[in-house]
Amino acid sequence: MDKIPILKMGQYLLVTVQVDLYDRLALGLESDLVNMIRKHSSRGVLIDISAVNIVDSFMGRILGNIAQMSKILDAHTVVVGMQPAVAITLIELGLPMTGVHTALNVEKGMDLLREQLLAQEPLTPEEDDDYQ
Amino acid sequence: MKSLAAQFLPKKHDEILNVWMNQQLLHEGLREDLMPNDDLRKDSDELLKAILEVIKKDNFSDVNPDEFEKVNEVLAGISTSRAMNGFSPRETALFVISLKEGLRIVLEKNIEDPKALYDEFVRISTFLDKLSLVTFETFIKGREEVILRQTSEISEISTPVIQVWDGILALPIIGTLDSSRTQIVMESLLVKIVETESTIAILDISGVPAVDSLVAQHLIKTVSATRLMGAECIISGIRPEIAQTIVHLGIDLSGINTKASLAHALKFAFNLKRLEVRKAGEFKKIAAE
Repeated sequence: MDKIPILKMGQYLLVTVQVDLYDRLALGLESDLVNMIRKHSSRGVLIDISAVNIVDSFMGRILGNIAQMSKILDAHTVVVGMQPAVAITLIELGLPMTGVHTALNVEKGMDLLREQLLAQEPLTPEEDDDYQ
Repeated sequence: MKSLAAQFLPKKHDEILNVWMNQQLLHEGLREDLMPNDDLRKDSDELLKAILEVIKKDNFSDVNPDEFEKVNEVLAGISTSRAMNGFSPRETALFVISLKEGLRIVLEKNIEDPKALYDEFVRISTFLDKLSLVTFETFIKGREEVILRQTSEISEISTPVIQVWDGILALPIIGTLDSSRTQIVMESLLVKIVETESTIAILDISGVPAVDSLVAQHLIKTVSATRLMGAECIISGIRPEIAQTIVHLGIDLSGINTKASLAHALKFAFNLKRLEVRKAGEFKKIAAE
């Protein structure tokens, strides 16, 4: 069975979906991702779906689920690079995905994750020392 | 045995054309401003030739079979071009109807027997009536084509997406928002967001005459789609009446950033992007202090 690779980058996990997500693949990703967050105690998940051209309501729900699950495990989720056609389809399906953070591309998504992490713990002790 | 008209009318082409042209030139509905007389003569000549061709074959019963295709084609061409040039339906119909008068005069000159004259004239008159119906039909078709083209043009030119700042897009919406226009607006906005890597989009609805629940729903859809793309959406230009309608209709816009004017929206966008606009001299003053 195909698998979607999950890359660990420091405190963050990086998922790049290069193929169209079918149901079993999406479900596999969901459980793999949750396990990885637990294993590495990651603080942020970045999902790049710029190569995805086809979505259905199921995939919309899976993305929403992933966001909620990682929230419970104290990790933020950002979905980046959504195609215009995909965005329109999700809206027409009635899935505004309110709980999911989005960004235009990977760069902006990483910025968003860093900001959110900073907002949670403004300065780490070491940085505090540097300031004095 | 061919009828009388079929025998001699085709030979009288020039005579009929002259009488017909005189009829048209005398008529008060003549539009020299829209069409020079030479062109009118050329049109008349072409149509008359086609009609005489049919008369020669002596078949007036129906205007649809293949033999009439030529006449229909010429007529359709003439009335479509007239529809485009702004002739009124009355003027276009007169073009064909005045030919009846011309044919009558020529028939009178050439047929002595009143009974035969009457028979021939009734036949030709019925035939021409059918032709004028064709004229009218194609005239309306031409007009409709003009309207359709204009509609599609309006919807295309009325949804420009403007980049007002690095990373900030503005989209002034002018006219009523229906489903098909929302689709165009949404698509062009999202595509432009990707193209310019913008993170903020301002939807200005000061040009939207009225907002009902359907229009509001379309706006909300556009805003949500923009969010999915990872950009923030601000709605600006909400007039007081529209604010009242929105509240009376019970539409919930609480999740959406709304600003009174485009200027306010732009200022808000600058804040979001942590940009500051100030007078040129001020910075030096601050630096000097």
